Parts: sequence; C-alpha cells; structure tokens
Amino acid sequence: MSAADATGSAAAAIRRKPRVADGSTRKSRTVRYILLILFLLFVLTPVYVVVITSFKTSADTTAAAQWSLPETWTLEPWRKAWEVLQPYMIRSLTLAVPAAIIASLIGSANGFVLARWRFPGANLVFAFILFGMFIPYQAVMLPLRTTFNELDVTRGVPTLIIAHCIYGIPICTLIFRNYYATVVPMEIIESARVDGAGLIQTYARIILPISISGFVVTLIWQFTSVWNDFLFALFLTQQNNGPVTLGLAALSGGQKVDYAASMAGALITSFPTLIVYIVLGRWFIGGLMAGALKG
Amino acid sequence: MYGRIRTWGPGALVLLPTVLLLGYFVYGLIAWSFNTSLTDRHTARKGPADYVGFENYANLFGEERFLNSLKNLGVLTVAFIVGTLIFGLLWALLLEKGVPGESIFRSVFLFPMAVSMIASGVVWSWLLNPSQGDDARGLNRLFSILHLNFLENPWWTAGSRWTTMASIALPAVWQLSGYIMALFLAGFRGIPGELREAARVDGASEFKLYRHVLFPQLSPIALSALIILGHMSLKLFDLIYAITGPNQFRTEVPAVYMWNTLLRSDQAKAAAIAIVLLAVVAVLVIPYVAYTVRQEAEE
Repeated sequence: MSAADATGSAAAAIRRKPRVADGSTRKSRTVRYILLILFLLFVLTPVYVVVITSFKTSADTTAAAQWSLPETWTLEPWRKAWEVLQPYMIRSLTLAVPAAIIASLIGSANGFVLARWRFPGANLVFAFILFGMFIPYQAVMLPLRTTFNELDVTRGVPTLIIAHCIYGIPICTLIFRNYYATVVPMEIIESARVDGAGLIQTYARIILPISISGFVVTLIWQFTSVWNDFLFALFLTQQNNGPVTLGLAALSGGQKVDYAASMAGALITSFPTLIVYIVLGRWFIGGLMAGALKG
Repeated sequence: MYGRIRTWGPGALVLLPTVLLLGYFVYGLIAWSFNTSLTDRHTARKGPADYVGFENYANLFGEERFLNSLKNLGVLTVAFIVGTLIFGLLWALLLEKGVPGESIFRSVFLFPMAVSMIASGVVWSWLLNPSQGDDARGLNRLFSILHLNFLENPWWTAGSRWTTMASIALPAVWQLSGYIMALFLAGFRGIPGELREAARVDGASEFKLYRHVLFPQLSPIALSALIILGHMSLKLFDLIYAITGPNQFRTEVPAVYMWNTLLRSDQAKAAAIAIVLLAVVAVLVIPYVAYTVRQEAEE
C-alpha cells in the first residue's frame, strides 16, 4: 500500500470486510468474541469511573464507594467545572477553528503543487517539510517564545494560532499531497495545461471542487490536535489567556483536588473532540492513516 | 528555458512562503536553541552571553538526574511500544475476519485517541492511586472488589524503574493501541483475498497462512507503527505532567526535565536538553523520512 492510499482508501479498506470464507470454526469464533468483549470492558473501564464520579457529591467519593453508582446524583461537579472552564473553552474554540482552517488552506495549495505541479527539487522541499512534522517542539520552544515577544504578538490566542498554523503545515501538506496523488489523474492536469490553464486556474477549477474530503480530514486532524495540545499552551500562555488543557490542568492540580469536578472537567473538555470523532469518525481514521505516511 | 520556468515557476512560488516559514520556525529556531546551548546563559537576564563550547552537554551527561531521565525514557519507550503493538495487533487479528458488531468494537478501541493526554492523564492519575488494602482507591480498589487483591500495587510511586515506567506506559497504551489496530486492520484488509484462497488451496494451516503469507505483507505497516510510536514516546510530556506532576524524579524524562530546568530559568541547560532530545528523535526519524521520500520518487 502506498502513501497515496493514506487518506481515503485506507480508511475505506478498514471497513471492507473480507468476502472469502474465513475458515474458522464456531468454537474459535466464540472465543474471539469473548476476548473482544473483555478488551472492550478494559477500554471502557476508565469511562465508567469518570462518568459515575462526575455525578457524585464530595461525601460520596470515599475510597470504598469509588466504583459504586452515586448515592445521590448531583450536577454540582459539572456546574463547578463549567464555571472554571468556560472562559478556557471559548478561547480554545476561537483558537482551534481558525488554526485548522488556515493550515488546511496552505496545506491544500502545497499538496497540489507537490503532487501535481512539480518543479525541480520538489522532493527535497517535501523532505524539508516532512521533517518539521516530527521534531520535538521543545527544540524550538525557547526561541519561539523570544520571537513572539520581539514581534510583540499578543500573548494568548493569537500566539497559539500562529504557532499551530505554522507547525500544522507539514501534516496538512502531507495529507493533501497524498490525497491529490490518489484522486487527481495526471492526464487531467496535462490536458488543462495544453488548454493554456495556469496554476491558479487549474487549482480553482479542477482541484478545489474535489477537495472536500481532503479538507474534512485535515480540518478534523488540526482541530483535534490544536484542541488537545498542552505543550504550546504551557510554554506560550498563562492561566488568564490559555486554552482548555491548561484550564483542566489547573482544575485538577494543586493540593486539595475535587475529584468529582476534575472528572466532570475531563469530560467537558473532551466533548468537542469526541463529538467530532463520533460524527465524522471515518474521516478521523483517514487522518490517522495519513499520519502513518506509508500506512 | 524561459518557457520551462513559466511552467514550474508558479508552483515553486506557492511553496516559497512555507519554505520560508519552516526555514525560520523549524530550522532557524533549532539553530538558535543549539546556539543557546553552547553559552553560559544560566539565568533569565538578557544581554550577551559567553560561549562555553559543549560544556553544558558534558555536564548533562555527567549528571545523575539527566542520566536517570534518559534511562526512564528508554524503559518507557520499550514498555509503550511493546504494549501498544501487542494490543493493537491482537485487536486487529480478532477483528480482521469480520465479527458482528465490528464497527462498535472498532470505534470503542479507537476513541481514546480523540481525548487529550491531559484529560486522560487526569483520569489515570486517579486510577493509578497507590493506596492499597482497606484504603485502596482507583484500580487497586477495583482489583479488591474483583477479589484480585494480589494485583494491587503502588504503581509508579514505588518499586523498580521498570514497574514505575510501565505504570506510566499503561495509560499511553490504553490511548494508542486502537490507532495501531486501525493501521494493522487496514493492512489486513488491503491484502487481496486471492492470496488467502491460494494458500488454503495449497493446504496451508491457519497458523502458516498468517506466518508465511499475511504477516510478511504487513511489515511496512509494522515499520511505520514502530516509528510513529517511537517518536511519540520520546516526546511524551503531557501524560506524565498530568499523572505524576512535573516534579517527580521517579518518572522524569528529558522532556519533563527540560521544563523543570526552564522553570529555574536555566536557558542554556534547557536548550541543551532539548537538543539532546531532538538528536534522539532525529536518529529515529531521518532515515525514515529519507526512505519515504526516495521510495516515492521512484514511483
């Protein structure tokens, strides 16, 4: 399987059930099913405990009662967590949406050129971009902070938008490059060129109209990783202007932790990405596959 | 010549901003960090600093705390990769022939990937509570409810480096096994059905079918998975921060140590740690990027 398959068809391949006889007996099928259910329980265990704890009163979170359902159900932890997290949630939203859109647009243009409008040295440029995807951000974080200070960028949401756009370009470029290499036949581009269409015309008339699923993949990917980012948030912002991961860390840190509120907070901060995952799950997988390069 | 430039020129122009941006924000800033790591800028003060060569690096590698963080990182990486590959491959194997309700299993196995490491860290720090016996909390309490008391353990708070870092790897395995499952599942389903049929006609047993026909087809995916997991593990920061807090010698890895150093405003030392981290990641990633680009060029 080549990288070209990465976005669309690899995700489709997962859902493609084999048509050949599977050659297994009823007994082995039963064993398989039991194992799957056990693993399912293992993965869902933390979910169970988070959900029940988030509805408990503080008297109810004793060691002995940790795994039991709440004695009295209360929304108090949710209210408390929301009170703390609300401004962070708004900041994260105003940050993740533009960061996702801008990086996707740049990625689309780059991906088109690298896949279908190549120039001498394009491979070198591709490698140059690709390496940026893997660097540990610690290696740039200190001077990045200085750069933002010197450029006088407002601390908080603006700083994070710029940072996430720039460091999101490599993955978006890669996803679009692979996507266009799969769905756009070279012949279409060549015949457009013969007809005298330039780069911008070709992009606007041929490429952009078929880019929707590519955009869905990069938007989801960028939105999720910006929303879930903690490292940039910690280095570049503070409690009064930081995103939701910073808020959650504050809510559940310190000496006297309110467990019920922390758990409600973990759920609240996870809702946006979980909703995206549930509604657009099949494109989410597409993004994951693209992250695997040669997946 | 002019005509050819006219065809590819605009393309190069489109990529120019990206090249400039990444040139500064990736490569330029790495060079800047490296430069800082060669100075004696051990405080927050501004102004010129003196070059001290590789002194900061020499100090790091002579320091118990840094070596501890490197060893922790090594153990964490092994535990994380082995755990994730085992669960991911196992789940893919269980699902690949298709079972009723497959999409439910797939979605559940994959969903932890959508959650931030801070959120899952908050939950796991609670699950990995070290109290045992009557006061047991979290998973230890669950073990005692299930009459599996022998499984109760202090998690990352006591014991050897291996049990400590394996406890940290556990949440990461929980979070990323589904991803590896998805990779392998796509791999299995990408293998043409005729290959299986042919092997069965030749009388191959199920075991031999997997061993000699299917697994060899998956080796490129396994390599990708290894690289992805490896570089994730090397950069792991959020999860440790959320589970143990940043100030735990027992679970400190270079990424966390760098943050702690920065809190004390020792910029030169923090930069040196970051550059060592980058070097470790680069050793893993550069051959992979080169291989990928070269292979695509051949296609």
